[in-house]
Amino acid sequence: MLKLIRGYPEYMRESIELVAKTRQRRLKEVYRRMSLEEAEEVLHKFHPDYREGTKRPVKIGPNKGDLMPNELADLIEAHPFVDPRDIDLSNVDFDVDILIIGGGGAGTVAALWANDSGIDTEDILLVTKLRHGDSNSIMSQGGVQAADRPEDSPVIHYLDVLGGGHFTNDPELVKTLVTEGPFMIKWLEDLGVMFDKDENGNFIERPGGGTSRNRMHSAKDYTGMEIVRVIRDEFRNRQIPLLEFTAAVELILDDEGKCAGAVLYNMENREYYIARAKATILATGGYGRLHIQGFPTTNHYGATGDGLILAYHVGARLRDMDAVQYHPTGAAYPEQIVGLLITEKVRGMGAQPVNKHGEQFVYPLEPRDIEAAAFIRECYERNNCVITPTGMRGIWLDSPMIELIQGEGAIQKNLAAMYRMYRRFGIDMTEDPILVFPTLHYQNGGVVINKYAETDIKGLFAAGEVEGGVHGKNRLMGNSILDYLVFGKRAGIYAAKYAKKAKIGKLSLDHVYRYEQWLKEAGIVTDRRAPILLPDYRERKVIERQIDVFFT
Amino acid sequence: MTTEQKVIEKKEVTEKKIPKAMVTIYIMGKPYKVPAGLTIMKAMEYAGYRFIRGAGCRAGFCGACATVFRKAGDYKLYTALACQTTVEDGMYLAQIPFVPANKAIYDLNKIKPTSMTLVQHYPEIARCVSCNTCTKACPQELDVMLYIQAALRGDYEKVAELSFDCIQCGLCAVRCPAEIVHYHVAQLARRIYGKYIQPKSPYLPIRLKEIEEGKFEEELNKLMKMPLEKLKELYENRDIEGRGQTSKKDVTEGED
Repeated sequence: MLKLIRGYPEYMRESIELVAKTRQRRLKEVYRRMSLEEAEEVLHKFHPDYREGTKRPVKIGPNKGDLMPNELADLIEAHPFVDPRDIDLSNVDFDVDILIIGGGGAGTVAALWANDSGIDTEDILLVTKLRHGDSNSIMSQGGVQAADRPEDSPVIHYLDVLGGGHFTNDPELVKTLVTEGPFMIKWLEDLGVMFDKDENGNFIERPGGGTSRNRMHSAKDYTGMEIVRVIRDEFRNRQIPLLEFTAAVELILDDEGKCAGAVLYNMENREYYIARAKATILATGGYGRLHIQGFPTTNHYGATGDGLILAYHVGARLRDMDAVQYHPTGAAYPEQIVGLLITEKVRGMGAQPVNKHGEQFVYPLEPRDIEAAAFIRECYERNNCVITPTGMRGIWLDSPMIELIQGEGAIQKNLAAMYRMYRRFGIDMTEDPILVFPTLHYQNGGVVINKYAETDIKGLFAAGEVEGGVHGKNRLMGNSILDYLVFGKRAGIYAAKYAKKAKIGKLSLDHVYRYEQWLKEAGIVTDRRAPILLPDYRERKVIERQIDVFFT
Repeated sequence: MTTEQKVIEKKEVTEKKIPKAMVTIYIMGKPYKVPAGLTIMKAMEYAGYRFIRGAGCRAGFCGACATVFRKAGDYKLYTALACQTTVEDGMYLAQIPFVPANKAIYDLNKIKPTSMTLVQHYPEIARCVSCNTCTKACPQELDVMLYIQAALRGDYEKVAELSFDCIQCGLCAVRCPAEIVHYHVAQLARRIYGKYIQPKSPYLPIRLKEIEEGKFEEELNKLMKMPLEKLKELYENRDIEGRGQTSKKDVTEGED
């Protein structure tokens, strides 16, 4: 057995000493930000998105010819989960105004606003394949952006979002995001969310990667959990109908091509249900559990991209699917937590990334893709990394700096979740730095929507990580919660408005036959089926996924 | 058929790794050999379980994987999150994927935050016998009993502070002899604290009014129509608020 000293193998201690030795000097050092050209270069050479052979143009559907990660393309080019011949559409189990698919932040917010917009609770149904709330939303740690300080403005926020997304975002969606953001903070305040505030009620706002103003509202490092707990409690108080461990496996259209509900699948007794709905909201989140390029992920167990597949089957366009967000700081050690998120707030509060010699090599708060690419360069080109007993490479995040800058006790007070996680494995992050490496974090792109959260398909709305355009090809920290708040709300409101007038025709799954036809015409022969609903880690797959050593 | 239970051993199929030490765990009484060092969750998957219930965020935030266990030769029942706890040799494991706990239904807008509000919604908190079992059961190591005592006094701030890191796994409620639903009590207390007691942001309403009056409309529309090159230039030269640096320019000059 390997000898551990305060959680770390003996051989790693040498580098930890170097980090401690340079700490005082580094406190005064400010590392230079990259210029746009430098950033461009490091991205092209080191960001996983630019790696050869990891993407391919999809052969079928509205995005035919667009590059997508192989893991997603495999699911696009797969047979639909449902065989229409097995399904009796005349036997409707749930007949509602609004069907919401997904029980994370976006779905819950949409349900509350649909209810507020005049849809009775019994005319709403929320289905989720895990428990209500078990989602990426609840895991979000660092905070939520909103330009509500006098020295900030939605205009500055707009520019940050666009620059962070390399100017590929949908401007209309960004404008909506930044102007409605402060209203959502007020909404949460009124629902009783306990944000970090000073004694006068001013939000304590911190910077995030790529933000030019401090506008990160947080609730310790349990921001996502606090918000989800509150909105879920509100949902429960209103007694909105809910089905857990029930996945949507295919959307249903009517004879006019409008979305008319979904085929549901009870994952426990494997029974199908037919849910007819005047409006359907996709709030299924992202695809981290597809483990793009074999990366470990920060995402929850159900993040398998189901919503993308459902939308694609009915002919809705996707966008920016070639851009995957790797969070710069996933845990690289210990083995038990490899890939789990170390919130950007750790850097926001002053911890610098440093290499094995204890030296800085990048500005701590570049936009995420640039920061991640710089970490990979340090590990795989310059070899200034620490290698763990299982072969993971990583660089240090100098967490003890936080207490030197913010005062003693700042970590336990503001980063309780991080502190607790490391302590469970014998590491004290107030004393020693922590080892990190980029981890698969977010689906930047998604289903195309407009500012009313409408997709290409009438009656089908989308909100949260499943939709695309808000973040372009790279999301900034704190804009994902904001995204699900703003567009969850809008999906709820505009779906309610639509549902009040909508008339549903004859239910149909003809699009499934059409999809099969596309597969056939493209010569795709496969036994893959999608959506996949859950990943499979049984037996050999449980062994920690390692990233293949690349650039070596 | 023999009554002796067969230890099911799974082969590790990887060339890269050195063979790992194995431990025996008992999943609901059935023994499996699994590599030492795995979390309970990964060990169960290694043993061949594919979760539907009992796995959520897999990172210690959602409470879906609440687990009760006993160690060989020990009479005590321990609690843990399966995703955040390493297996030990001789662990007897059972998951608690659902807690049928009672939750009060309320309209927060109509609630009056008096010292009696929590007791009125959850009268069973008055049955607390201070046995501290809830505290011992908490996988987040919160002082659960202390916040229930604070709830009895109507001390919202204390409840909010002590319960803030609660992941609502429900293990406290499962173990409580007085049938208190601690985590729901705390949820109500925190929402009351957040809504009625914590001071409101003074500036936020001003910003909302500015947005409603369209103060930023013109400038935003200008940016939306701006040619890309000009927009990029604007972005690169924007002021950065931050520690000891007021603009990007200062920093580059200092470094170069």
